[in-house]
Amino acid sequence: MSKAKGRVISVNESLVGAKNTEGAVINGEVAYIILEDGKRLKSEVIDVKQGGVVYLQVFEDTGWMKIGDLVEFTGLPLAVKLGPGILGSVTDGLQNPLYELAKIEWFLERGLEVSPLDNTQKWHFTPTVQKDEVVTGSSVLGHVPEKLFQHKIFVPFSVQGEYTIERIVQEGDYTIDETIAVIKDGSGNTQELQMAFDWPVKKPMPFHERSVPEKPMPTGIRILDALFPIAFGGTACNPGPFGAGKTVLQHSLARHSQADVVIIAACGERAGEAVEVFKDFPELIDPRTGKSLMDRTFIVGNTSSMPVAAREASVYMATTVGEYYRKQGLNVLILADSTSRWAQALRETSGRKEEIPGPEAFPMYISTLISAFYDRAGIEKLPDESTGSLSIIGTVSPAGGNFDEPVTQATLLSTGAFWGLSRALSDARKYPAIDRIDSTSKYPSLLQKEEVLYLLELLRDGKTIASNILLMGEKGITDESYIRYQKSELLDSVFLQQNSFDEVDGVTNPERLRLMFDMVKEIIDAPVTIQGKEGIRSHFNFMRQAFLDWNYTQLKDEKFEKQKSKLLKLVKQMGYAEENV
Amino acid sequence: MLRKTYENIDSIGRAILSIKASGVHNKELAEVIYPTGEKAFAQVIALDGEQVTLQLFGGGFGVSTDCKIRFLGKPVQVGFSDDMLGRVYSGNGQPIDGGPELMADQIRIAGPSINPVKRLIPKNMIRTGVPMIDVFNTLVRSQKIPIFAKAGEPYNQLLANIATQTDADVIIIGGVGLKYDEYHYFRQRIEDAGSKNKTVMFVHTHRDSIVEGLMVPDLALAVGERFALQGKNVFVLLSDMTQWSDYLRQVANAQDQIPANQGYPGDLYSQLASRYEKAADIDGAGSLTILGVTTMDDVTHPVPDNTGYITEGQFYMKDGYLELFGSLSRLKQQVNDKTRSDHRNIMNAMARLLSESEERVKAQKFGSVKDDYSLRLLDYRKTFQQELMDPFRFLELEDALDLCWDILSNHFKREEVGLSSELIDAYWPEKGKYKILKNSTHE
Repeated sequence: MSKAKGRVISVNESLVGAKNTEGAVINGEVAYIILEDGKRLKSEVIDVKQGGVVYLQVFEDTGWMKIGDLVEFTGLPLAVKLGPGILGSVTDGLQNPLYELAKIEWFLERGLEVSPLDNTQKWHFTPTVQKDEVVTGSSVLGHVPEKLFQHKIFVPFSVQGEYTIERIVQEGDYTIDETIAVIKDGSGNTQELQMAFDWPVKKPMPFHERSVPEKPMPTGIRILDALFPIAFGGTACNPGPFGAGKTVLQHSLARHSQADVVIIAACGERAGEAVEVFKDFPELIDPRTGKSLMDRTFIVGNTSSMPVAAREASVYMATTVGEYYRKQGLNVLILADSTSRWAQALRETSGRKEEIPGPEAFPMYISTLISAFYDRAGIEKLPDESTGSLSIIGTVSPAGGNFDEPVTQATLLSTGAFWGLSRALSDARKYPAIDRIDSTSKYPSLLQKEEVLYLLELLRDGKTIASNILLMGEKGITDESYIRYQKSELLDSVFLQQNSFDEVDGVTNPERLRLMFDMVKEIIDAPVTIQGKEGIRSHFNFMRQAFLDWNYTQLKDEKFEKQKSKLLKLVKQMGYAEENV
Repeated sequence: MLRKTYENIDSIGRAILSIKASGVHNKELAEVIYPTGEKAFAQVIALDGEQVTLQLFGGGFGVSTDCKIRFLGKPVQVGFSDDMLGRVYSGNGQPIDGGPELMADQIRIAGPSINPVKRLIPKNMIRTGVPMIDVFNTLVRSQKIPIFAKAGEPYNQLLANIATQTDADVIIIGGVGLKYDEYHYFRQRIEDAGSKNKTVMFVHTHRDSIVEGLMVPDLALAVGERFALQGKNVFVLLSDMTQWSDYLRQVANAQDQIPANQGYPGDLYSQLASRYEKAADIDGAGSLTILGVTTMDDVTHPVPDNTGYITEGQFYMKDGYLELFGSLSRLKQQVNDKTRSDHRNIMNAMARLLSESEERVKAQKFGSVKDDYSLRLLDYRKTFQQELMDPFRFLELEDALDLCWDILSNHFKREEVGLSSELIDAYWPEKGKYKILKNSTHE
């Protein structure tokens, strides 16, 4: 197909107008604008207007562009290259590998493009089909080992209709550019296939067969696993003002979630935080695999100082990679931080296009885009009867920490779990600062349903009694209420609060979660015979102290059982060393 | 090469000028030539066919329709040379200290950001001697962090303290909308500290045009980045970024941009981020640390709000004190596990108790605080403020940590502070062990 051409007719920051001079333009295709020094700036067609006027959103800085600069259209939408070699890599929002770019320039200069996947590496390919076998799009041709698992090599998903295998290579080592198979359709037309292929980022991959998420994904974070769980294939949103602990929570999820693959989409956030992840992860061993955490991780580092148009692309790119690994039969988790930055990027472009703004100047269609994004998560039953899942956890950074703004609201409608972060809790250093009362999840917990309700009831009681104490003082309430209040405070401080910077307390596996819950239940159910507020408070202080000491001992440690029985004694009010209270 | 000169200006606004021209580049530098022969700078900010929009560094006041515009065929640059140290420049890069023009390399400003993989994880604590910073919100080399404060607070004093009491190789001061006495204060402090020969100042005062004010952070950061690439540890001080955002708003409105929140442009976040993100610890070179000032009335205002999402924390100053709540250092955990074994835990314990005491303050208004524990909490709060929150009390970190134990043991029993038995056994002071209290509330 002939490629269209055009000339620049207007420049306004990242929005460039072009006049289409030859060929037909496709909405959504990629175009390159060629500057007078020969630099090629990548852009995307976002609008086609009357009189052959096309609007391009440019993914790079538009300095030094001028009226009349040549525009070359590619005829192809913005796509991501899918194949072995994605895991363990770090790219920008357009899939340029950052480590490769750094070999060329220290700074992210314009117009640099590098092959998204390493095309020199040899992969050991084992075919699983034979000549004359019938295949179609997404049929498996064979596999190569990648990091922790066998990476399936597919017939590209875009292939339509039935083909027969004309030729398939022998088992051996091949690069992603080498042809490994030739397929032929009914009319005798042949296609050469390689191990990697492109998929347009904005087009959701069709599910082979979709089912409902209902199995909780352990995250190691107690308040989530117990009260507000996320499921394999589920979605969660995590809005909060700055400083409430979104980042620490995201990092903790990235490290400890029991997913096979974790994709971190740093979308318009601080570069330092992305760096922390990709410099630390190679050093960290995942206890479940015994291998480096980086082996299961893919990082999209499209940070806040990178050109704004690439932010939107980065979210879609991460999602497409996630869908691809779901097709591999794996459990994938995407951590998108922050979806607000993506929405703001859309707002900037919309403003330059002079579209009529909606609330807070966000474009009217923002909620549709957000819902469509979360809809790409889910559970997929694959042709070989295995299951893959894609879960998405998106952070939202609402202006002024106010959850009523359009992005938070649209996200709440599109996700299955809501973890509202609260400034009051983070000020009180009650981390994770996830609101104990207002957060919700529609997914099943690692605890029994009635156990969850039992905890939530205590928390609500505690909150009510706390406000009574505020009004009337401790003397104004009964000992009984005071004990109930102390129990809810204890539950909060030893079970819901967690020190993510501690090696032991930072992650709680399901086995330990159960032990801890049982102990908490002992405390809640134990009658307290002590009278007087001072005495009651002191009793709970001792229990808290013992419980915290227990939280910091390893499950396998001999001290673990010792501390546990010490704590139980306290709970049963036995063996107090009489302190001077 | 002869550059073409254009006449027939279409429109002149407060900061923006529009003219028909061809062959012009986006972001190109231009000269406004007055009939008297005087010149001022302008920069192309948008192109639409023949229509060129420029922002005027000298403002629109006094520009006439018979001025001419000459495009200079180069982007906006700043002169860089090692001899800049000790000098003072305006927002258009000209020396304003009466000294000579320097032979300098012209370097680009507002260049792309450094590839994240060329960054090092920040790992070096910067000791400031301010307890609220060193203990509770440790400052780390290459951090970007503003002071949030109302207009009357002594934030510039703290900024100057931090800059001159630490081990920066180079200090770059970027003053945006400085009052004359503030400018004078900075110069004086730098001289008194004997830091003049490692300092460069870029100053925009209220006499200068807002476009010059907008340029200051870019100039300061371009020069700072160049020193960092030479291997220096650079401190860039930017005061005041709220005024800078306000200038941004004025220019955006002059271009008829659709405003987002409170009239600020929709790209306020990106604009602030592209400046603050220049902070970096560069692999194979030096580092750039940014300390800013964001004046504010309320933290939910768009400028501090956007800033807080970009920077690696903030120091919140109120009534002359550095507040614990509202302050944050996102990098503190990179370093506070290597200082002393009690550092992290005592920091959190002190904060938890302080937040508990805040609740008692509320309750006190209802007259419902009578029990002994609550009264002790209120006492603790008073001591905390007196001993720790003064930004101008200089204490070494270890002394400040001892002081924290002193304060705890003066007000609480061992089991009341929520610390592990192991730590308490190691650090809980016996009577009279530390005694760093300025004025003990308990005898």
